Amino acid sequence: MSKLLEVIDMSISFKMYEKGFRQSYTQVINNLCIKVSRGEILAIVGSSGSGKSLLAHGILGLLPNNATMTGKILYEGKGLTEKRIEELRGKKIALVPQSVTYLDPLMRIAKQVRGNVKNEERIRKQKESFRRYDLCENSEKLFPYQLSGGMARRALICTAEQEDVDLIIADEPTPGLDIELAMKTLRYFRELADKGKGVLLITHDIDLALNVADNIAVFYAGTTVEITPVSDFLKGEEGLRHPYTKALFNAMPQNGFKAVKGYQPYYKDLPKGCLYSPRCTIAKEECSKSKIPMRQLRGGMVRCIYAT
Amino acid sequence: MNGRIKLIFSIIATITIILIIALVGILMDEDVLKADFKIKNIEPCLEYPFGTDWMGRDMLARTVKGLSISIVIGLVASIVSAVMAVIIGTLAGTMPKWVDSILGWLIDLVMGIPHLVLLILISFAVGRGIKGVMIGIAVTHWTSLARLVRSEVLQIRNEFYIKLSKKLGKSNIYILKNHILPHLLPQFIIGLVLLFPHAILHEAAVTFLGFGLPPEVPAIGIILSESMKYLSAGKWHLALFPGLSLVAIVLLFEHIGSNIKKVLDPYNAQN
Amino acid sequence: MVSKIIKKILRLISLELAVCITVFVLITLSPIDPVQSYVGAGVAVSPEQRENIAEYWGLNSSLEDRFLSWGKSILKGDFGTSLIYRRPVISVIYEKFASSIALMGTAWILSSLIGYSLGIIMGVNQDKPLDRIIKSICILLSSTPTFWVGLLVLIVFSVNLGWFPIGLSVPSGILSSEVRLIDKIYHMILPALTLSLTSFAAVALHTREKVITVLESDYVLFAKARGESQMEIIQGHLIRNTIIPTITMQFASFSELFGGSVLVEQVFSYPGLGQAAVQAGLRSDIPLLLGIAIFSALFVFLGNFIADLVYGLVDPKIKEI
Repeated sequence: MSKLLEVIDMSISFKMYEKGFRQSYTQVINNLCIKVSRGEILAIVGSSGSGKSLLAHGILGLLPNNATMTGKILYEGKGLTEKRIEELRGKKIALVPQSVTYLDPLMRIAKQVRGNVKNEERIRKQKESFRRYDLCENSEKLFPYQLSGGMARRALICTAEQEDVDLIIADEPTPGLDIELAMKTLRYFRELADKGKGVLLITHDIDLALNVADNIAVFYAGTTVEITPVSDFLKGEEGLRHPYTKALFNAMPQNGFKAVKGYQPYYKDLPKGCLYSPRCTIAKEECSKSKIPMRQLRGGMVRCIYAT
Repeated sequence: MNGRIKLIFSIIATITIILIIALVGILMDEDVLKADFKIKNIEPCLEYPFGTDWMGRDMLARTVKGLSISIVIGLVASIVSAVMAVIIGTLAGTMPKWVDSILGWLIDLVMGIPHLVLLILISFAVGRGIKGVMIGIAVTHWTSLARLVRSEVLQIRNEFYIKLSKKLGKSNIYILKNHILPHLLPQFIIGLVLLFPHAILHEAAVTFLGFGLPPEVPAIGIILSESMKYLSAGKWHLALFPGLSLVAIVLLFEHIGSNIKKVLDPYNAQN
Repeated sequence: MVSKIIKKILRLISLELAVCITVFVLITLSPIDPVQSYVGAGVAVSPEQRENIAEYWGLNSSLEDRFLSWGKSILKGDFGTSLIYRRPVISVIYEKFASSIALMGTAWILSSLIGYSLGIIMGVNQDKPLDRIIKSICILLSSTPTFWVGLLVLIVFSVNLGWFPIGLSVPSGILSSEVRLIDKIYHMILPALTLSLTSFAAVALHTREKVITVLESDYVLFAKARGESQMEIIQGHLIRNTIIPTITMQFASFSELFGGSVLVEQVFSYPGLGQAAVQAGLRSDIPLLLGIAIFSALFVFLGNFIADLVYGLVDPKIKEI
């Protein structure tokens, strides 16, 4: 499988003013590493509101002005420059955004799904997508505010089908959909992957991710702590590498609901060394000394010195 | 040096400039303003940077005097207006719904008559003069700040800690004094400073039209209105410099306003 | 929608009624003696003459009676007779408003077009030199008194260049019915220019804010993610989402427009409603002053009403509520 997207050591920070007169930089994403190959669905799993969307915007080169991104992004092996991503956006890389606010409030939905291409072919494609996602013909003329949450979500997914893209970045594509439609959506991503496209699925729902993804990247406090094949996840604690992933596994309802103690650190006061060390049961003195790099382990990757 | 400390220095410096102009005007020796026909109609030169008029009065002295009058009137009228705005806005935001409706209607009413027409009417009602301008400007300028305060109060009222405070049995007055009013302070200061330019411009305008300060006072409006008679005679300097000085004062206030906004509202400073 | 419009109309009527009461009270508060002021200061008025004039204006009856009789005649469309023009107030207002509306209308359209375009240019180029320059000009213009801009325009175009006469909107010595349209336009150029100059800044700055909000919105981010170019975003999303607020704002700004025209008309001796208001105030022409105050408020309320309507008709989010 050829590598489509590779993100190496991505960090994103924001310039902020705190109370008083101090100006500070707040790092929201820290040394994140992922890769997506053709034919692969990589699910990035992390809790809601932990900055996962920024990762998507960062790859697409759409961060706000007060954000700074460092690290390297490779697309098809070549560095992703500003100029290059501009050409790829929408044509080769599609984003499925996470909420109805990503739709122009004053534009009718069908027109919006078609985008700026105006021809017969595109209209046919749009109608086809609408049929596939059970959006009736009457809904074509609706404005975003008139759509239900589920309809808006489906319309957003339709937008990704309009061009023949190679990489789909789906940012929480399933909330608001009933389970049947959610599965349908995910199966559709599976189909696309099987046709040789890459899918980056950003979600907080591990169950869903396990259902459809090939690999899972576990997102914690702005970084990836582990990348593992789904098969290892299904094996349970022994298959997994990082203590947080193991804890996450044990916290799932079917595995006994055992919650991890403590909270994810707030991005303003991150620990100096391993970001998980304050909650980790196997942490030693060394863990809090310096940043832990990502390393290969048993066909996956892990950010832990003691993982076996 | 950090950007925000620079802002504060800039605010202090601007306030100092305005204070100096006001003080020089207020403490000015009346003799400087007297007519002296020996030096009438002098074009701007080193000795008389703004020139002199047809009666030989030093235009620079008249302008500074006029500016100080404008600053004082603007200050008084803005403070009265801003206090009115906070009181009315807070009432609208905290009292029962019907009070809110009446106050909203009142705001629409005041905004309905064009400011300048209302200023003419008020000036007419109180018999012209400085009193008319003061009352007129105070009465016409509180509306938009009142709306802002109202929405702010409504927003604060729905905050969790206010509800908690109520549950803990604190009285409405206590909540108003300890939670709501302190929150309104930044809005009040910004609103007050930004009222200044409007107040000064309106004072000059009504005076220019003949409804404001009496003709013997060297207000900017009077100076400019008098200058009209001499424009066709080529006395452009009578209109140019006094007007320019007024614009400068207004810009200084705008500058203070926007800088205070940046200091008190750091969200905007992030961009 | 219909019930909303009816509500708005009722509110408009109640406000207009309140305006009538307010201006009437303000005028009766005045210590300025309309009789003396009308006859002219210093001229002795015999008690007999005074009595005649006072009775003519109904100055002897009680406040409520005067308000009621005045209110009744207003409802019949009778605003009394102007002391200055010696004609029915309503016909003076009609004639003056016709020339004011030409001036205000021109300035309104010009300032909308210029202001909106500049607002888009500024917002799209946020914080770049172009934006900073235009923004500074706008802030400068909105800090500049309208009448002073008028004086400068007068100095440059009339005194120095000699392109336009100073004062008088029509050539003197000709009957007003014989004034040609081209003369009227010729005399309107400078006042309209001045009024546009001082009013486009507000539109531009307002539009700029809206543009920035739209450009920072999620849907513009998504449009970029879909590969839309800046031009496509401007045409497809930006204008669509900023034009309604701007139009609404322009209709809601009739008050400033009217105030500006009062000043401009005074500077250029343009025979419009604003100048008439100033004359009525200075020479204590109470019927005319009352009439103009009520009329100007109606003008502003109608502007606000249209603003609400436009907003409701064009914005689909509000249309169906």
